Amino acid sequence: MNLLWLAFTIVGVLLGVILSAKAVDPTMMLHGMVFSIAAVLSAFALIARNYRNISTPSLADANGSVNYNTEIIKAGIIASTFWGVVGFSVGLVIALQLAFPVLNFDLPWTNFGRLRPLHTSAVIFAFGGNILIMTSFHVVQRTCRARLAGDIAPWFVFWGYQLFIVLAATGYVLGVTQSKEYAEPEWYVDIWLTLVWVVYLLVFLATIWKRQEKHIYVANWFYLAFIVTIAMLHIVNNLSVPVSLTGVKSYSLFAGVQSALTQWWYGHNAVGFFLTAGFLGIMYYFIPKRVNRPVYSYRLSIIHFWSLIFLYIWAGPHHLHYTALPDWAQTLGMTFSIMLWMPSWGGMINGLMTLSGAWDKLRTDPVVRFLVTSVAFYGMSTFEGPLMSIKAVNALSHYTDWTIGHVHSGALGWVAYISFGALYFLTPVVWKRKSLYSDALVNLHFWISTVGILLYITAMWVSGILQGLMWRAYDAFGFLEYSFSETVEAMHPFYVIRAGGGALFLIGALIMVYNLWRTVRGDVRAKEAGSLVPNMEFAGAR
Amino acid sequence: MFSHKKIEKNSILMLVLVLIVVSIGGLIEIAPLFYLESTIEKVKGMRPYSPLELAGRDIYIREGCYNCHSQMVRPLRDEAERYGHYSLAAESMYDHPFQWGSKRTGPDLARVGGRYSDEWHVTHLNNPRDVVPESVMPGYPFLGKTSLQVPNIADNLKTNKIVGVPYTDDMIENAKLDLAIQTNPDADEIDAFMERYPKAQVRDFDGNPAMLSELDALIAYLQMMGTLVDFTSYDVDANKR
Repeated sequence: MNLLWLAFTIVGVLLGVILSAKAVDPTMMLHGMVFSIAAVLSAFALIARNYRNISTPSLADANGSVNYNTEIIKAGIIASTFWGVVGFSVGLVIALQLAFPVLNFDLPWTNFGRLRPLHTSAVIFAFGGNILIMTSFHVVQRTCRARLAGDIAPWFVFWGYQLFIVLAATGYVLGVTQSKEYAEPEWYVDIWLTLVWVVYLLVFLATIWKRQEKHIYVANWFYLAFIVTIAMLHIVNNLSVPVSLTGVKSYSLFAGVQSALTQWWYGHNAVGFFLTAGFLGIMYYFIPKRVNRPVYSYRLSIIHFWSLIFLYIWAGPHHLHYTALPDWAQTLGMTFSIMLWMPSWGGMINGLMTLSGAWDKLRTDPVVRFLVTSVAFYGMSTFEGPLMSIKAVNALSHYTDWTIGHVHSGALGWVAYISFGALYFLTPVVWKRKSLYSDALVNLHFWISTVGILLYITAMWVSGILQGLMWRAYDAFGFLEYSFSETVEAMHPFYVIRAGGGALFLIGALIMVYNLWRTVRGDVRAKEAGSLVPNMEFAGAR
Repeated sequence: MFSHKKIEKNSILMLVLVLIVVSIGGLIEIAPLFYLESTIEKVKGMRPYSPLELAGRDIYIREGCYNCHSQMVRPLRDEAERYGHYSLAAESMYDHPFQWGSKRTGPDLARVGGRYSDEWHVTHLNNPRDVVPESVMPGYPFLGKTSLQVPNIADNLKTNKIVGVPYTDDMIENAKLDLAIQTNPDADEIDAFMERYPKAQVRDFDGNPAMLSELDALIAYLQMMGTLVDFTSYDVDANKR
C-alpha cells in the first residue's frame, strides 16, 4: 500500500516538473514547482515512515477500547487555528482598506480586489474547511466506535487540502482567479481539490462501514450530505475549458444568465452545505456531548435533515433578484428561501432544547456559552436571510453592506463560534489534558469577540440601509438626491467601526490560540486550578 | 410501514437518497435556462469581444473588479436614471463567466462605456482620488506601465469558441493582428477589423502610443461596455418573460 502512495508521489513530481517547464505563464511555472516540492516532501515522509518502522496501528488499544486516530485531529486543530488567524487578519486588512484606501499601497498584490478572495477563501475553506474535516474525522470515529479508515489516506486528505489552500491563496495574490465568488481557484486547482475530496469521502464512508453501532449517528448524516453535495456543486460550477493545458487561464463553460444562476446555485449552497450542513454536524455532536444530554428530538432531527437539504438547493436565485434572470426563477428562489426559514429554526430548536435540564451550564461552562450563542446566531441569520430574499426587501438590501453584515452574523456568530466551541472541547480531549489551561480566558474571548460581532453587524446594517436609501432618494425637484460618491463618503464612519469590530474578533481569536497552546503544553492557570470545567473524557491523563 | 431506520443503517442508501434530494432543485431551476428560448432576449448589435476588449476583460477579472462593481442595472427607477437602460440577459450572453457582481462598493459599470473620456479613465485608474476625492478604490498605476502580455490571444478566442462564443475562423486567424491594431487608427487593416467587430472603438486609449499596455486593454473594455445593443430597435413587449 505504501508503494502505491509512493508511486503516486512520483507521478506528482513528474507532473509538477512538466507543468513548470512547459508553463506559458509565470504563475503556472511557480505552481508546478510548488506541486513538485509538495510531492517530493510527501515521498520523503513516506520513506521516513517506512524506516521508522511504523506498523499499521492496531484497531484497539491495550484496554480493548478503540484506538482512535487522534494524531490527525491534532493536526487539524493546529491547521484550523492557524488558518483562522490568517483569515481573520486578512479580513481586518481589507476592512481597513475600505476605510483608508491608502492601505492598498497601489500594488498589484495588495489591492482589495485580490485580497478579498484571499480573505473569503481563507476563512471559509482554510479555517472552516479544516474545522469540518477535523471534526468530521473525530465525530465519525467516536460515533461509529471505529478507528478512522485508512492509514495514509487521511493524511493525504489533510495535506492535500493544505496544498489546495496554498495554491489557491498564492494564485489570488498573483491574479489567478475565475472571478466566481467562493469558487475563484482556477481549473487545475479545482481538479486537485476534486481528487482530495473524493479520497475524503472514501475515508469518511469506509469509517462508517467499520462501525460497531447499527445506526449512523445524525451528525454523520449532515457530514455526509455536506461532502457529497459540495462535490456536486464544485464539479458543476467549475466546468471550464483551459486556454492551455500548461497555463492558468480558463473560460467557464457557461455564459451570462446560465453562468450566473449556476454560480449562485453553487454560491448559496456553499453557505448551505459547507457553512450550514457541515457545521450542523458539529452542533449535533458537540452540544449533546458537552452538556451531557441527548439530542432534544430524534424525529425533529430527521425532519430537519431532509427538509434542510431539499430546500436549500433552491435558494440560489435570491442572489439575482431584479437581474436579467427570468422572473419565474427569481420567484421560485424567493419562495424556497422563505420556506427555508422553517427547517433552519427546527434545527435551532433541536440544538437549543438539547440543553433542557442543563441550562445551568450556560453559567458555569464558557465553552457551552460559545456553542449556545452560535446556535442563537444561527437562528438570527437564518431569519434575516429569508427576510432579505423577499424581492421588495432585496431591492433595498442588494449590492449594499447589509449583505456583508448578514454574512458575518452567520460566519462570525454561527460558524466561527461553533468552531471555537469544538476547538475548546477537542484540544484537552486529543492531547489528554484534565481541562483547558484557563476558563477565564475562554470567557474573555467570548465577550471580546461578541462585542466585536455586534459592532460589525450593526455597523453594516446601518451603512447598508443608509446607502440603499441614499441611492434611491429623490429631491423636491424629482432628481436623484445623491451622487454615487456622496454615498461612498457616508460609509466611512461605519467602515471604521466595522474594522474595530473585526479587530476585537481577531484579538479574541489570539486569546484562544494562547489558551489552546498552554493547554497542549499541559499547563493549568494557577488561579483557576480548582475550578476548571473538567475534561469529561479524561482518563489517565496527567 | 416505512421506517427511517432503514436509511440510518445503510450508508449507501443514505448517500443515494441525499444525492437525489439535493439534485431536484438545481435541475428544475437551472436546466430550463439552457433550452427556454425566452431566457435570452432577441437583440441587435451583440457581437463577441474584440481581442483587445477580451484581454481587457481578463484584466478586469484578474484584478477582482467584480468584488466592488456590478454589471447589472436593475429595472428600478433610480437605477435607470443613474445608470441607464436596465441590463438585458443578451448583453452578457458571451460572458464566460458572467460579471454581474453582488456588491456596489463602487458604481455599476454595465453602461460605463462612453460615459467618461479616456483621459478620465487613465487618471482615475492611476489614482482614483485625483478625480473622485471620496473614492475608496485602490490605485492601479502599474497597469499603464505594464505591456500587455497574452501568451497566445488566438488560443483565448479558440477556447471561447469551444464554450459557445461565435468567433469565426477569420477572427481567430487575425486575432494577434487585431489585438495589436485596435490602438492604431492608421493601420491598413482597420477596415477589415471594423467589419469583424462592428462598433469597436479604435484609438490609443492610455495616451501612450509607444506601448500597448494593460491599461489600453482595460480602457478598451470599459469603453465598449453597454454600448453594443441597439435599444432603438429593441422590442420590450416581444421579450416579456
